[in-house]
Amino acid sequence: MSEPIHEFTTEVPHWRPRVKPIDLAEASAEQLDALKVTPSNTKVSDYVLVLANDVETLKVRTPLFNAIMYNRGGLSRAERELGAVAASIVNRCIYCAAVHSSRYNQLAKDEAVMKRIFADGVAARLEPRQSAILSFAAKLSEAPSKADESDMDALVEAGLDPSEILDLILSASLFGWANRLMHTLGDPLPRDKEEA
Amino acid sequence: MSGIDADDVVLGEVGIDAGSPLRAVLETRADVLAMTQATHDAALRPRDPGGLTHGERAALATRIARLNREEGLAAHYEAMRRETKSSQETAGIADPAFKGTAGTRLAAIIAYTDLASLSPKDARAQDIQSLKDAGIDDADIVRLAELNAFLAYQIRLVAGLRLMKERGQ
Repeated sequence: MSEPIHEFTTEVPHWRPRVKPIDLAEASAEQLDALKVTPSNTKVSDYVLVLANDVETLKVRTPLFNAIMYNRGGLSRAERELGAVAASIVNRCIYCAAVHSSRYNQLAKDEAVMKRIFADGVAARLEPRQSAILSFAAKLSEAPSKADESDMDALVEAGLDPSEILDLILSASLFGWANRLMHTLGDPLPRDKEEA
Repeated sequence: MSGIDADDVVLGEVGIDAGSPLRAVLETRADVLAMTQATHDAALRPRDPGGLTHGERAALATRIARLNREEGLAAHYEAMRRETKSSQETAGIADPAFKGTAGTRLAAIIAYTDLASLSPKDARAQDIQSLKDAGIDDADIVRLAELNAFLAYQIRLVAGLRLMKERGQ
């Protein structure tokens, strides 16, 4: 059996659940609806099949995730991903960090930022705007939150307007949620070995 | 007309005045706030609570809010718990000093909650195995994880919005 990955990477691992995913063949109508399973779409990840164990939450959680990460206006898509990565670094969610750092790289067309973050953590030296975003999102992700007035001031000084700040709070907070599911309910495994 | 529910828990907790600049920004994300409220209701008061009662959920939420020093949210969840007519033992979950009797279902639920709330980075496979060993089935483990995860989100959203409010945004 492959050993779980403990180091941050932009290569998206395989996720091995620690609890049973639901069996699609035995899924309720409510579960199938929440999973958006149709005759032409029967491919559902183990992660989502695990979450379908709590279908009432899954049903409302999926549209919330999509709205926070993809809705129009406000903070750029790439900077929302940076907020997600900051939370995932603090919570050491290897899987989430891989998915969202690779999305950041695609959107920003720049791999240097994530390389620096993986090497130096949330204290990585970046451009002022990126630093302010990374630092605020990372502090907000501590428990209890360590974000304070000076972190908020830094966002404003870096040029973020209120709608951008709101979207950053939402994306970082959302990954406080996602990290706690992904990182506690399963293990990230090297993909090649798993598929071989 | 406002798209935000008058009973929105997050806005009520932060205390955002009608007509304030922050209120205007939040109106542009009214859909997100409505879905946040819907996930609150699904995590705290689901139609099918499985093996995690409404009383236990509210008491755990109170505990998590206290662990994060969010006393206002703790009071909200404590009031929810009182509405459920739960036992004295369930009420005790809300106190972070209470750990439950070693080896019991309740102790396992509390141990997971404290770990997921305060240092999820330290979670290991054994932490989930401990829940199974205490007789908690897989579906209830997911319900417990979602409750914890939702609270982590809501608490940070409140903390972040409070900073925006203080900055006068």
